[in-house]
Amino acid sequence: MSGLKSNLSRFRGYFEQTAKLMIGVPDYDTYLEHMRTRHPDQPAMTYTEFLDNRLQARYGAGKAGCC
Amino acid sequence: MPRILNHAPWLILAVLGAFALGTVALARGETINALWLVVAAVCTYLVSYRYYSLFIATRVMRLDPARPTPAMRHNDGLDYVPTNQYVLFGHHFAAIAGAGPLVGPVLAAQMGYLPGMLWILAGVVVAGAVQDFMILFVSMRRDGRSLGELIKAELGDIPGVIALFGTFMIMVIILAVLALVVVKALTNSPWGFFTVAATVPIALFMGVYMRFLRPGRIGEISIIGFFLLIAAILLGGQVAQSETLAPMFTLTGVQITWILIGYGFVASVLPVWLLLAPRDYLSTFLKVGTIVMLALCILLVAPPMKMPSITRFVDGTGPVWSGSLFPFLFITIACGAVSGFHALISSGTTPKMVENEVHTRFIGYGGMLTESFVAIMALVAASCIEPGIYFAMNSPPAVLGTTAESAAQVINNWGFVITPEMITQTAQDVGEVSILSRAGGAPTLAVGMAQIFSELFGGKAMMAFWYHFAILFEALFILTAVDAGTRAGRFMLQDLLGVFFKPLQRTASWAGNLIATGLCVAAWGYILYQGVVDPLGGINTFWPLFGISNQMLAGIALILATVVLFRMKRERYAWVTMVPAAWLLICTLTAGVQKVFHSNPAIGFLAHAERFSTAANEGRLLAPATSMDQMRQVIFNDYLDAALASLFVMVVLAVLVFGILSCLKALRSDRPTTREIPTGGATARAGD
Repeated sequence: MSGLKSNLSRFRGYFEQTAKLMIGVPDYDTYLEHMRTRHPDQPAMTYTEFLDNRLQARYGAGKAGCC
Repeated sequence: MPRILNHAPWLILAVLGAFALGTVALARGETINALWLVVAAVCTYLVSYRYYSLFIATRVMRLDPARPTPAMRHNDGLDYVPTNQYVLFGHHFAAIAGAGPLVGPVLAAQMGYLPGMLWILAGVVVAGAVQDFMILFVSMRRDGRSLGELIKAELGDIPGVIALFGTFMIMVIILAVLALVVVKALTNSPWGFFTVAATVPIALFMGVYMRFLRPGRIGEISIIGFFLLIAAILLGGQVAQSETLAPMFTLTGVQITWILIGYGFVASVLPVWLLLAPRDYLSTFLKVGTIVMLALCILLVAPPMKMPSITRFVDGTGPVWSGSLFPFLFITIACGAVSGFHALISSGTTPKMVENEVHTRFIGYGGMLTESFVAIMALVAASCIEPGIYFAMNSPPAVLGTTAESAAQVINNWGFVITPEMITQTAQDVGEVSILSRAGGAPTLAVGMAQIFSELFGGKAMMAFWYHFAILFEALFILTAVDAGTRAGRFMLQDLLGVFFKPLQRTASWAGNLIATGLCVAAWGYILYQGVVDPLGGINTFWPLFGISNQMLAGIALILATVVLFRMKRERYAWVTMVPAAWLLICTLTAGVQKVFHSNPAIGFLAHAERFSTAANEGRLLAPATSMDQMRQVIFNDYLDAALASLFVMVVLAVLVFGILSCLKALRSDRPTTREIPTGGATARAGD
């Protein structure tokens, strides 16, 4: 039963990740993990800063739309 | 023996697919079920994915699971993030899916569903999916660089600049044509216009909510936004019924054009969080959700195909778009078979997030197969409505006249049975005053989708709701593409203009920003306006131009891929990209030359200009012109369009010449000359 539950929550996690990446927002936890392991000396962005950063990257210079 | 057994299920799939394809192709006169098309398509996709894409991955590209990807090399948790392949597939698909695969097949249905279906299937397997996969591979091996940079690096600086300029022109055409689709759908439609207009305040509210009220709650606000959209559709129905409100939202094509131009300008200078981003969220989720829903509904409803498999219009006399099957069918269905714009996506964010090289097969090749399935669904939706209704919706007023009676008479003469009552009844069912001459694909698709959806949910009473839901779904992501495209075009233009006048290049400068945005909007707005006042309906003239430019970009991308294979010293396999590149060049160059020089004024711009000049010299006026000034304007526009088509032809020819030169140079070298990112410490090998 717990196996099913953890499967379901993992599926939900992937679903959420996919939906967010579709609109250009990568996984925040992955980013935090990356900052903790690779740049422990630098402060990580808060979630809102992170979103803002991604917003600028998505609609900033040189990005083309779809057909 | 076991090896052969491994292939047994695939053999069964292949036989099943061939049988389904045979059933579709050989049906003469009798109506077949849409599921045959679905089975034929899915079997084709599975078998080609299993064998052809594997061949490309292992022999042509030699994908190496141990080789570090850009996401590994530059992992920053932001742009470069190793991402699960299914998650990345979703991202990639959402980026490539757009109006193209929905509109093209609908327009192509005037020749019957068979020619369109065969091109969609053959095109995607041999050309479209190969292009997406190859460009994703090439970009991934070069740190996720963009198409322009790749062409510069592999072919040289001059072809790089030429390609960049070509890309900008293509974008202008795409924006104009997409906006034209929206105008055609919303003209004299108070329900449609109100619903689409309501998305602006909804998006503004969402933007403010995400910025100030509950920052970062994307899921929550997207759900709220979705319910607001549904409310807007329901409210739109009330507006259309109201005697005071309906006239306020009943606008002519020209009025909507000016509103769109103004909107495009404002939307692309506003801060992105306020309007563009929230609209993008809504439209992306709505787009993907509706596509999934349409797939499920087609499977459950299994509608019969009412359009004949081949109509008399294969001879090129069709009313929806002019020109014979070759080359114009291959231009009309762009996305869905092969789309150059995907090369921009495959060299955009996706290659920076690939976790493992071998995933590119699923994401690149598989993603395009999925897009192709969307095109098949659009073809089904357009073919399951009465052919008479299809032609009433897609033929220009110059052919049909403006009343249901005149339209029914013309269409009956073509051999499709229809009565004026059927036309007015359909308009009533979908809650519109008239459905005549709504070319552009979106309304036809909306009628088809409404028919399929309402069979499962709500019956005939809900048809008007589903029709406007479908219109909203398309208008929303087209307008998002227009906003985002104008912004992107503005940055490109600032880059280009900055070469001559430095201060313009600063993207933060208000003057530079406004000038570049104004120029960009003016460029697509001008073409849009021409299309709207065109008595042939605009789509007739401009959709082929869009198709030509989009397929040419695909040709350029495939030339790039060919050069890369030569430089890797894998010319033995270069046919994989050379064959589709050659086919695309043959189609687009023929079509481009015909658009300029064809003697039929409906096809050739110069012949059209000639016809107007002759009339003007004799002092006669031809529709749509109502004065001599307008006659001169039409003639000027014809020359402009001819120049544009010639320009595309020259851009492609130039890239072709540079491509051949690069290939010859690579042949003379005795070792690989391409520059890829290193294979990584543990797996480094000399040479390869």
